[in-house]
Amino acid sequence: MFFAASNIRAQTTEMDTVSIYGAKNSILIQSSVPVQLLTSKELKGLNSLSVADASRFLSGVQLKDYGGIGGLKTINVRSMGSNHTQVLLDGIAVGNMQNGQVDLGKFSLENIEEISLYNGDRQTLLQPAKSFASASYMYLQSKIPRFEGAKKSNLVVGLKGGSFDLINPSLFVERKVNDRLSATISTEYIQADGKYKFRLQDSHYDTIAFRENADIKAFRAESMLNGTWLSGDWQSHIYIYTSERGLPDAIIANRLKPTSPEKGQRQEDRNIFFQGSYRKELKRYSFLINAKYANDYTYYLNPNIIKIEGPLANNFRQQEVFLSFANQYKVTRRWRMALSTDWQWNKLNANLDDFAYPTRYTTLVSLVSQYKADRFTFQSSLLATLIQDHAQYDAAAGNKQKFSPSLSVSWQAFKYPDFRIRAFYKNIFRMPTFNDLYYTDIGNTLLKPENANQFNAGVSYAKSFSGIVKYFNMQVDAYYNTVTDKIIASPANNQFRWIMYNLDRVETKGVNLTAKAICQTFKKLNVTTGLNYTFEEALNMTENQDGHQTFNRGEQVPYIPRHSGSIVVQLDYQGYRLNYSFLYTGERYSQAANRADNYLQPWYTHDISIGKEELAFIKKIKLNLMLEMNNALNQPYEVVKNFPMPGRNFRLRASFNY
Amino acid sequence: MHNIDKTAYIVFILFGFGLLNACRKDTIPATEETFHFSKGLYLLNEGNMSMNKASLDFYDFTTGTYERDVYKRANPSIVLGLGDVGNDIQLYGGKLYIAVNASNKIEVLDAFTARRIKAIDLINCRNITTANGKVYVSSYNASIAMGPNSPNGKVVEIDTLSLNISREVAVGRQPEGLAVSNNKLYVANSGGYNPDAYERTLSVIDLSSFKELKRIEVAINLHQVKVNRQGRVYVTSRGDYDNKHAGLFIIDPNTDHMVEELNKPVSNFWLDDNKMYAYAMEWDSNQQKNTILFHSFLLTDLNNDFPYIDSDVASRITIPYGIAVDANTKHIYLTDAKNYVSPGTLYEFNAAGKLLRSFETGDIPAHMAFLGN
Repeated sequence: MFFAASNIRAQTTEMDTVSIYGAKNSILIQSSVPVQLLTSKELKGLNSLSVADASRFLSGVQLKDYGGIGGLKTINVRSMGSNHTQVLLDGIAVGNMQNGQVDLGKFSLENIEEISLYNGDRQTLLQPAKSFASASYMYLQSKIPRFEGAKKSNLVVGLKGGSFDLINPSLFVERKVNDRLSATISTEYIQADGKYKFRLQDSHYDTIAFRENADIKAFRAESMLNGTWLSGDWQSHIYIYTSERGLPDAIIANRLKPTSPEKGQRQEDRNIFFQGSYRKELKRYSFLINAKYANDYTYYLNPNIIKIEGPLANNFRQQEVFLSFANQYKVTRRWRMALSTDWQWNKLNANLDDFAYPTRYTTLVSLVSQYKADRFTFQSSLLATLIQDHAQYDAAAGNKQKFSPSLSVSWQAFKYPDFRIRAFYKNIFRMPTFNDLYYTDIGNTLLKPENANQFNAGVSYAKSFSGIVKYFNMQVDAYYNTVTDKIIASPANNQFRWIMYNLDRVETKGVNLTAKAICQTFKKLNVTTGLNYTFEEALNMTENQDGHQTFNRGEQVPYIPRHSGSIVVQLDYQGYRLNYSFLYTGERYSQAANRADNYLQPWYTHDISIGKEELAFIKKIKLNLMLEMNNALNQPYEVVKNFPMPGRNFRLRASFNY
Repeated sequence: MHNIDKTAYIVFILFGFGLLNACRKDTIPATEETFHFSKGLYLLNEGNMSMNKASLDFYDFTTGTYERDVYKRANPSIVLGLGDVGNDIQLYGGKLYIAVNASNKIEVLDAFTARRIKAIDLINCRNITTANGKVYVSSYNASIAMGPNSPNGKVVEIDTLSLNISREVAVGRQPEGLAVSNNKLYVANSGGYNPDAYERTLSVIDLSSFKELKRIEVAINLHQVKVNRQGRVYVTSRGDYDNKHAGLFIIDPNTDHMVEELNKPVSNFWLDDNKMYAYAMEWDSNQQKNTILFHSFLLTDLNNDFPYIDSDVASRITIPYGIAVDANTKHIYLTDAKNYVSPGTLYEFNAAGKLLRSFETGDIPAHMAFLGN
């Protein structure tokens, strides 16, 4: 997909927004699963610092955000839980076998070309088997080098600053070494004290307090090489990220006064990975090889828990090796088959008492068939998973084998090619993470995988016009999914001791609507508008089991709003840009019991930014400027209960482009 | 096709305005309530950690009504309310003392109106006992004088007139329950932060000098301490949640020696006259569920145990979390914490163990104190 995408882009570099959408039409209309795209141009207008911020503009996505620049940010797609969404960078999964959660706050938008979200499998055959192994996928596409005319290098020096004492310098260099090789270096440093005011309001009190211990210092460096070799394409990517941050506590009574800084919980991270791929297309046969090695380190300090040996300090070391060989064969003009085999090794070490030191071997084999006629696409896949767990101490979870089928269809029902009907079914599971299985005291090695079934039916429509409205697309999908044997923490014999258990059943019914329109009202004013709306009913439908009574059956799952959505309006007049975005999250509950004391107010924020692109600076150097105002109406709100979000805040972005 | 497009565009714009108009509900303004309680049962709901959901309920025996969340209703202007994790409650001299663990405070309320008199700051406070016009509270946090990195805990003494901390004494690691007998304070040291090295002792504090006299070796991970009418000290151990069971041990306050050990597991208990009402809950990793026992004993004969509630109701209780017995009516009060993140239940039984009534409580109903007994 990476290479296919690069080809599309190579053709559209010089075209305007409308043509870019024209080119993407085929992806949006013909896909038999819902797909949403955010291009780098749109991302610039979304007042977003990280992939996490941008994901709020995707339909059906709930971002769990503890607030501030350094806070943990994970996504939950269609209420299935964050472990059912895989995040992939340039087609290779970003892993976290420890807890299955990928912190999207760590992914800067500086080096991102495009974000795409798929419910169900991406309609690409030539990809790793792992790309068929989740309920939904977020694909992050790194910037693809492109050089205008005879230019041999591109350089962007950026600086962002603003509220929370944010300082964020960045450097981006692309160099065309020769016709067969180009290199990219992207690096940035981010620093913020994270301190912000928040307001606590009630009919009896109204008080202002400060968010403390939310500071962060982070550094990222990436280097990529793109090239061709033996008439195939190859890519290599080295990534280093380090950070040191405070983990702010929940806001609770009697703890609003400034706490002594040495009492805050701290976290340090170091993520390193190397990944590479090689792809070659022959007449009927093509293949793709991917390889990755990742090494992650996390250090956690809690100075409030003083053990004999000193404050509680844990470190976790994870390693991953991933190898994938994907093959595609064109059987006939309309029929393609693909066979992919992945092998993965994961290991976790931690300095916890009685830790098991687990290792996991995962083998994935996927067989996919796609039949594509003019008005009809039918894709089916079968994924075989073999997982072998070993533990240095104590019993391991043993071996697990599973087959997961998936079917999808897209049909042009009428003679108009702009309108299609689609449907998909997918059965998939998520393995219990290392924490679920082996975390000292809490882990339970008897856990079964968590099952997910998805049904989706929808329509897609997209068309370019010659009138004022240049382009319009709309996708409406209705879905029903169930998660069974859901892995949750359940109390064991006292409050200190919980145990992971396959207990819950969640049934979700929902509707996603996304629409986008581009207008050219008069000559040079481009107006891009986007709308997302999600209705979702996610109910706890757990049955009573022996020894486990069900509570709150039939009630809405915590943190899932029935209604949520966003509106984006972006104006572009000769390089002057004005962006407005509105986000809405409806009422929801912070706990399983849908009672007044768990009720969370809806929240909605208005973000505005204004800027100028390609201001002539010195000679060939162009300056881009953008001033952002977020939460313009200064609404106090919480995404996660007791973790207040910032009020009105500002950011100034400047970048010098050569 | 062009018309379809226009219609769609209008629908799209209308949708947008629909969203913009969505507004926040006004929560009904609660007015401050004035209570005049005289006889009943206070129930402290812990609330799960970080949820800031500790709450106080009152079961009014004179009217038979169950009042939810009386702290919030009597003190609506206290920012964020009672706080995070209500860990213990004691009624003494017309005042209620509530240790709110993660909120680092002891709330002192007028026991008849539930109105706040004072909040006393105490980091990581745990359990409360009272004697001779003083209130004693255990805390995981040793004084700064012992060094900021001391793993030791402490006990503070609060004067009931000034409501200030008057004295403090260092004890073992992560002290939990405490009780007074024979002018001595017995404090259970748990060492719970170090499962590899639990504490095994009970600290004995002389109340006159407020110095630690000695430590009595009992068992690992000690939890609750209660004293019967004769002054005997009853101590529970949580065990190690694995091989070592939860248990109960008896100390003679004259010799400060362990004199008896119960041969049945005990997680929580209540002493009334000559009887002990207890329950035990242990995780069975083979069966993947909790085994729960409700058993009572005559203090004169700990070898025989008797059921004290209807077995039908007993089987309905998922996580027994609190127990209390009314000294006058002998009614038994048991709470069910369910899954810790749902509202719990308070069950009221008569002396014969028949279920009389049950009430929906706050999250994790746990600790009880009688008013007017």
